[in-house]
Amino acid sequence: MSTFHFPESIRSRPVYGRLEARPGKAHLMIADAQGAEAILGLALQVPELMAKTHVIFIPKGTDFGPKLQALSPAQYYEGPSYAAALSRIQRVLSDAAMGLQIYLTGTEGLMGQAQNAAMQAGYDYTAIQTEHRGSLARRMQCVHCKGITEDVILDPFECSHCGLNLFVRDHYSRRIAAFQGVCIDAEDPGNVPPSQEIYS
Amino acid sequence: MSAPAPNSTAPKIMGAEKIKVIVSNIVPLNDLVTRFEFKRTDGTIFPTFSGGAHTMIEMQDGDLKRMNPYSLMSDPAERDTYAISVRRDDHGRGGSLFLHQKVQVGDTMTLSYPVNLFSLDLRARKHLFIAGGIGITPFMAQIKQLNAANGKWELHYSCRSPELGSYVDELTSKHPHSANVYYDDQKQFIDLHTLLDGQPIGTHLYVCGPKGMIDWVRKTAAAAGWPKAHVHHEEFLAPKPGKPFAVRLAKSGLAVEVGAHESLLEAIERLGVEPPYLCRGGACGQCETDVLESDGTFIHRDHWLEDYEHASGTKIMPCVSRFEGKTLVLDR
Amino acid sequence: MTIQFNDETFRDDYSFRNSQRAIDRFPFPFHEDSYMYSVNMEQHQGGPADSIYEKRFDVDEHYVAEMRDRAMVLADDPLRCQSLPHMILAGWDLLELIMVSKSEDYPDLFELHRNGNKWHWINKPMGIEDHFVFMDETTLPYGPMEYITRQTQGDFCVLDQREDNLWMDAGTVTTQADWSLDFDIGMNFFEWHAPVPLAHEKGIFKRALKFLLSIQQGAPARRLNWTMTVNPLLDTSPENYHKWGVQKNTLTLENLGSKQHLRVELQTFFRLPRSNALVFPIRCYLMSFQDIVSKPKWGRRLHRVVRDLPEELATYKGFIDNRSMMLEFLARYDDGLPTSFGVWPDEQGTPALQK
Repeated sequence: MSTFHFPESIRSRPVYGRLEARPGKAHLMIADAQGAEAILGLALQVPELMAKTHVIFIPKGTDFGPKLQALSPAQYYEGPSYAAALSRIQRVLSDAAMGLQIYLTGTEGLMGQAQNAAMQAGYDYTAIQTEHRGSLARRMQCVHCKGITEDVILDPFECSHCGLNLFVRDHYSRRIAAFQGVCIDAEDPGNVPPSQEIYS
Repeated sequence: MSAPAPNSTAPKIMGAEKIKVIVSNIVPLNDLVTRFEFKRTDGTIFPTFSGGAHTMIEMQDGDLKRMNPYSLMSDPAERDTYAISVRRDDHGRGGSLFLHQKVQVGDTMTLSYPVNLFSLDLRARKHLFIAGGIGITPFMAQIKQLNAANGKWELHYSCRSPELGSYVDELTSKHPHSANVYYDDQKQFIDLHTLLDGQPIGTHLYVCGPKGMIDWVRKTAAAAGWPKAHVHHEEFLAPKPGKPFAVRLAKSGLAVEVGAHESLLEAIERLGVEPPYLCRGGACGQCETDVLESDGTFIHRDHWLEDYEHASGTKIMPCVSRFEGKTLVLDR
Repeated sequence: MTIQFNDETFRDDYSFRNSQRAIDRFPFPFHEDSYMYSVNMEQHQGGPADSIYEKRFDVDEHYVAEMRDRAMVLADDPLRCQSLPHMILAGWDLLELIMVSKSEDYPDLFELHRNGNKWHWINKPMGIEDHFVFMDETTLPYGPMEYITRQTQGDFCVLDQREDNLWMDAGTVTTQADWSLDFDIGMNFFEWHAPVPLAHEKGIFKRALKFLLSIQQGAPARRLNWTMTVNPLLDTSPENYHKWGVQKNTLTLENLGSKQHLRVELQTFFRLPRSNALVFPIRCYLMSFQDIVSKPKWGRRLHRVVRDLPEELATYKGFIDNRSMMLEFLARYDDGLPTSFGVWPDEQGTPALQK
């Protein structure tokens, strides 16, 4: 099973739900990796939804593509990475009309970035549905150099840009679509505890 | 207070700041609606405000002191005059009748500073306004604010008849492409389904009018998949008259009989106790009061408290809600 | 009253000093011998003559030096000043509020001449004189919020009000207590306070938000908050934490009196009229422990507050590692005598230190 029960945390940490079909003229579903399972589940419950749905999928090495395509969505796109899919997502959003329903599922990094794109198009984030599936890796911003490190699974970790040793906070920015990483040995340089997997 | 100034008296934090005004003009618009214009008695300019703001008007009607909120409908950039438009309500508690029948040019009155509980969402790519009857007033100021800033808007305004269409001529002559008017007596109705279909992403929808219209617009928008955060409404209730009832205030150790034509909030204020308020219409939540003891039935009318809070008998909004029964003790 | 502006620094050689006048008017934040969060709001409508509460925007001897420090911070990191696109109107609101307030409250230092939308602003201490068109961004060297906050002490958070919440959608933040505007911009009231321990559980933020939503035009409010800083460093930002964090290790019992500072924030709240936004200026006052203990009542009380503060709060405020050394220093100034209620030093009525 690709779901994880997140422990309760601070108020800025995103909380994810379960996707459900909502009324709307058009539907946009964006998923990566195991997020495909959430879409497959939704389509099983509400098959007629797919005829009005544009699916954007980033497989990240999984083989869900053909299964999603078999749902016969109105439009289907598969991209090698979120960065590659971004210009298409922005184009779809800028042309969209009110009444569009947005469904995001998969990793936190994928959901956060797609939510950010929808917000920039003028869509309020509270109306966007999200369901976490798959990896617990996080998209982290180094508060010091501002560089983003993708798919962080260890805490503390080394910033992929400036090399500082950062600890993983639950403080989250929708605008940056990332959690905050802060230098762990600022007060005692060199004193870095051994890394552990997040939530281990 | 952790850092009070020495010798400072207990600060009165909330409750609107006041402006003394003189009624400078009264313009009857039609059988039901009259515009009142005000200047400051001290000759200075008014504070500027944001479109959608209201002012609370104090009215000394015999022994009764009434305070009713009215939307400011003048141009927010116009600093020497404030204007409101008041629809006469022959079956209300008498605030609008007082204005229509007793107030004359040259009278002095007291207004609150502007308060906005229906402001524009300035992130919007486009503002879509739906007005019913006197609900046009907040949009009059918002339209002026948006025009000054090159904002994009569209108005759909429903009136009973051309005779009762307040400000229709002004709106349609200045904004022939953005202002759309519908007359009930000519069987013209807003085709909301079509209107909501195809609005660009980032559009915000605003509705002001009778309760039925507000409910209809919110429901229709939700069914069409519009996010709640994109749909805004303003609905202040006027307090309704009811049977007199007794109330005891535990903190202040006072008791009072609430009259048939006054609200619980007004009765509490009559004793010199001043709960905070912004709207006096069951919407802003500021005057929420804990009930310490009760034996009887609550008549909740606000749309601030949740249903379970109404059912719990432990909270009341004294601006619009009443009580029938033997005992009511409040934490005031 | 003419203010003598200090030539001083808040970095490198840390030549910042408080004059006797600045010590006398320091906003000591503890009204009793213990501390716990509270909403502790009061109206901001003046205060005793020469106190920091007297004017809407207090200007003191550190003004010119603080503005020089802000310019350096912004040159190093322009992201400390940001405004989301819909906040431009609120920026004009803020510029008007500050220019009108300062020119009325300090006519010898600031002048504002208005002819319709043609405005003429003179800031004598900083040697600035500009003519511009109100509401026309192209006539100012910076956006309106940045322009005026480069000339006003304190950090500025400009909060949009929507859906019964406040949103941190613009700000100039260079003297912060370890939080990042760049990271927090766009968050709502509960989210940007998320890292604060204990207060959510106590319902503090829910009550505070309800209060703030009700703040009206013409009726600003204020409260105090506090933390601790080693060295008179204004820019205690998370961005630079890897550079300044190590300074916390430089305390010794000998230098603590001059290096350890109590950092007090005067937070004020004004409703902005055109945008219906709320501006939340956070003005920072720094005072060394040795200056604090020059007031016997403050010395006794600070010892007791630091000693009894819950561990979560001492950790959050960043001084848990230095607490025992701070207590060793402060204990010398606490003879156990009772203190009077309230924040003022009460110098006439307070006995001198009995040891």
